[in-house]
Amino acid sequence: MSMDIRIKKGLDIKLQGEAEQIITNAVASNVYSLLPVDFHGITPKLIAKVGSKIEAGEPLFYNKEVEAMKFVSPVSGEVIEVERGEKRRIIGIKIQASKEQSYKDNGSFDLSSATADKVKNHLLSSGCWPFIKQRPYDVIANPEKSPKAIFISGHASAPLAADYDFVLQGKEAELQAAVTALGKLTSGAVHVSVAAKSNNVLSSLNGVTLHSVSGPHPSGNVGTQISKIDPVNKGETVWTISPQDLVIIGALLLTGKFNAERIVAVGGSVVKNPKYYRTKIGAEVATMIYDAGIDSDNFRVISGNVLTGRSIKPDGFLGYYNNTVTLIPEGNDYELFGWNKPVFNKVSNTRALTFSWLTPNKKYDLNTNTNGEHRAFVLTGKYEEVFPLDMFPMQLMKACMYEDLDEMEALGMYEVAPEDFALTEFVCVSKQPHQEIIRKGLDLMLKEIG
Amino acid sequence: MKNIKYMALKNKLHDLKEKYRGTKMAPLFNGFHTFLYSPNETTHSGSHIRGADDLKRTMNTVIMALVPCLIFGMFNAGYQHHLAVGEINSVSGGFFSPEFWNLPNLSVGAWKVLPLVLVSYVVGLGIEFLFAIKNGHEIEEGYLVTGMLVPLIVPIDIPLWMLTVAVIFGVVLGKEVFGGTGMNILNPALLIRAFLFFAYPTWMSGDKVWVTGAVERTNEIAAGSSADAISGETILGSLAQGQEVAYSVWDMFYGFIPGSVGETSTLLILVGALFLIFAKIGSWRIMLSAALGALAMGLIFNFVVDSEWISEGSKFYSLMNTKFWQHLLIGGFAFGAVYMATDPVTASQTNKGKWIYGFLIGFISILIRVFNPAYPEGVMLAILLMNVFAPTIDHYVVQGNVKKRLKRLKAKTA
Repeated sequence: MSMDIRIKKGLDIKLQGEAEQIITNAVASNVYSLLPVDFHGITPKLIAKVGSKIEAGEPLFYNKEVEAMKFVSPVSGEVIEVERGEKRRIIGIKIQASKEQSYKDNGSFDLSSATADKVKNHLLSSGCWPFIKQRPYDVIANPEKSPKAIFISGHASAPLAADYDFVLQGKEAELQAAVTALGKLTSGAVHVSVAAKSNNVLSSLNGVTLHSVSGPHPSGNVGTQISKIDPVNKGETVWTISPQDLVIIGALLLTGKFNAERIVAVGGSVVKNPKYYRTKIGAEVATMIYDAGIDSDNFRVISGNVLTGRSIKPDGFLGYYNNTVTLIPEGNDYELFGWNKPVFNKVSNTRALTFSWLTPNKKYDLNTNTNGEHRAFVLTGKYEEVFPLDMFPMQLMKACMYEDLDEMEALGMYEVAPEDFALTEFVCVSKQPHQEIIRKGLDLMLKEIG
Repeated sequence: MKNIKYMALKNKLHDLKEKYRGTKMAPLFNGFHTFLYSPNETTHSGSHIRGADDLKRTMNTVIMALVPCLIFGMFNAGYQHHLAVGEINSVSGGFFSPEFWNLPNLSVGAWKVLPLVLVSYVVGLGIEFLFAIKNGHEIEEGYLVTGMLVPLIVPIDIPLWMLTVAVIFGVVLGKEVFGGTGMNILNPALLIRAFLFFAYPTWMSGDKVWVTGAVERTNEIAAGSSADAISGETILGSLAQGQEVAYSVWDMFYGFIPGSVGETSTLLILVGALFLIFAKIGSWRIMLSAALGALAMGLIFNFVVDSEWISEGSKFYSLMNTKFWQHLLIGGFAFGAVYMATDPVTASQTNKGKWIYGFLIGFISILIRVFNPAYPEGVMLAILLMNVFAPTIDHYVVQGNVKKRLKRLKAKTA
């Protein structure tokens, strides 16, 4: 039951500094760091101590709620530091990489005879489970629940996001192994979406339901695809996983090794030679960004894309789920008559003396300025233009703000993740923090309803 | 050289902003500062980049759409005055008639209209500033548009103190008590007009208030002057009293008729509407459906007359007999539908709701217009009424979406 998904509502924000399709091996990072901030809602319980020698794939900590869920080291080496924040909360676990990488052997896995439980336990103990996320709540999947379907989006439509057609080349075997294993965990289908007219290796997978998607961003967001294919109802769970993480799962199943390698797009308007790097989860981004060259002294490094990524320092680390590093100029400057002069160098979905509608193919050099101050919700109907889900975004956000759980549920909160509100946040004239509002709402629901 | 000066101003203002940070002065200073420079704020959570538009730009777009009406209003105030005192002949050459577009008309009109604009902004923004300082929030832009709307929807000779009282009432009770911009239920500009209308009805209707100088002249005559009385009745006023209308349809369309300052020129309102729709700021759904609602009601009344269900002697006859499409040209309907009904805060907030809301505004406007001869302008009351009902309309539209979701769940579990 394959489907063509055509999205009309949305906005393609075209930015300068798209990564050229060349893969360079990044300089090996000295230090790698696993950041619990990537695992929303997880309380880490340390296993590895400072000074202990570990292999790649050996657990560093586990989830306090689900002891079986291990989080493993991307490299072999020595744990050199556990960074702690307020109330001794762990904010980073640093590993000094050894020269010769050695891997923990999780043993070969017999896919054809494996039961669902066996797959589940294997993924949990090997550290691959955190790659699987769930809706509702957009958190790491609860292994006790069985999803009605699994969704994989092979179309990255966000600005400057790594191109899956390119980075997945040659990974057919790993991807096939991973989807076969995941298929055992659901009673429903494994839905895989690729961009229409793309040449994506995901199209050749067996045992999946393939969809082609077209239209502006957020057509590639897995949330958009879920809502068009099989929306989440109350009481239901779906799982989502990104294709690059499937490769790691597949490699584990085939070789027994946790191979944290990943191909990362380094782009953005301040990058001199935007291109792709082969590196590992948790690597220092400095190993890539200075090689690509930086054309500014006032810039922001984002692990992830400009709409949903996390701001990191230039000496920061690649996030657990990210395969894009974006560098854009900071916009911490004033602009004379910024509120009323005609604007040609910024993107807008109005024509209020903003002229991006004249040049739909122009690539913009956007900075981090908010272009205005925070206000109450005033304009209406603007979010709907870039929001393809069949719900009322502003009403849902207001329900989150006044913490009305019944209304949040009725308006579709189970279906959404913060990333679905990245574009409404972008176009918001009131400069409201949409993703934060939704994240807080989801956390409240998770706490109260579970 | 110039560049250095420019940098110096920017830096000086930045230093001042830091100095006032956290003090009572901060909102006031920032209010002025952000008019000169858009702030140096960067994104902290969520999307790292943001669209070009902010609320100031949005409001500024609406004001730009109002400027033609304001300028026309000034010329028209002078023109109506000079026409009434018999100094000039009525227009003869279409929209660009020299009898209309001349300096004497402008100077008389500007002398009367600019004080209205000034009072509206000074009083209204003053209250906004006070509340911003008191509540410690930034000055919000809501009044920028309201302040421009108010002088355009009052009679030209309204005493400035009345306007002051009405603006205070409208801004404080219409907006600030609800929490400021974005939180109000009723359109503040219309609330100000409604206050004037119910508090000072003699200054808001009749045949003396629409032409500048008419009230003054009446008082002089009462005091024994031998000058001729001057008067100017609006078209709706004439129709309500069953009098002949002395204006051609083109006069109505161009706006060479007595009425509130900025509401008369349907042509320029149409231009403003197209600009707002093109800029994607004004809701075309509301504008279009309001026009459709008005036409529908007009057709119903025409049908009543054609079916001879009502006799010529009836006091409703002449308004009912007005051709249905002419309702769009006369009175404040066009102005209300384009600039007031579309206020996003007080209108329906869902796209489907906007169709219903707009249609009912048009429909009820003409209903009130025909059946309320004491005050034949219905659009103000129709919009205020629908402001109250907009949340209800939205509730049912949103419930439709909620039901769809529940049905989906039921289909699954059944």
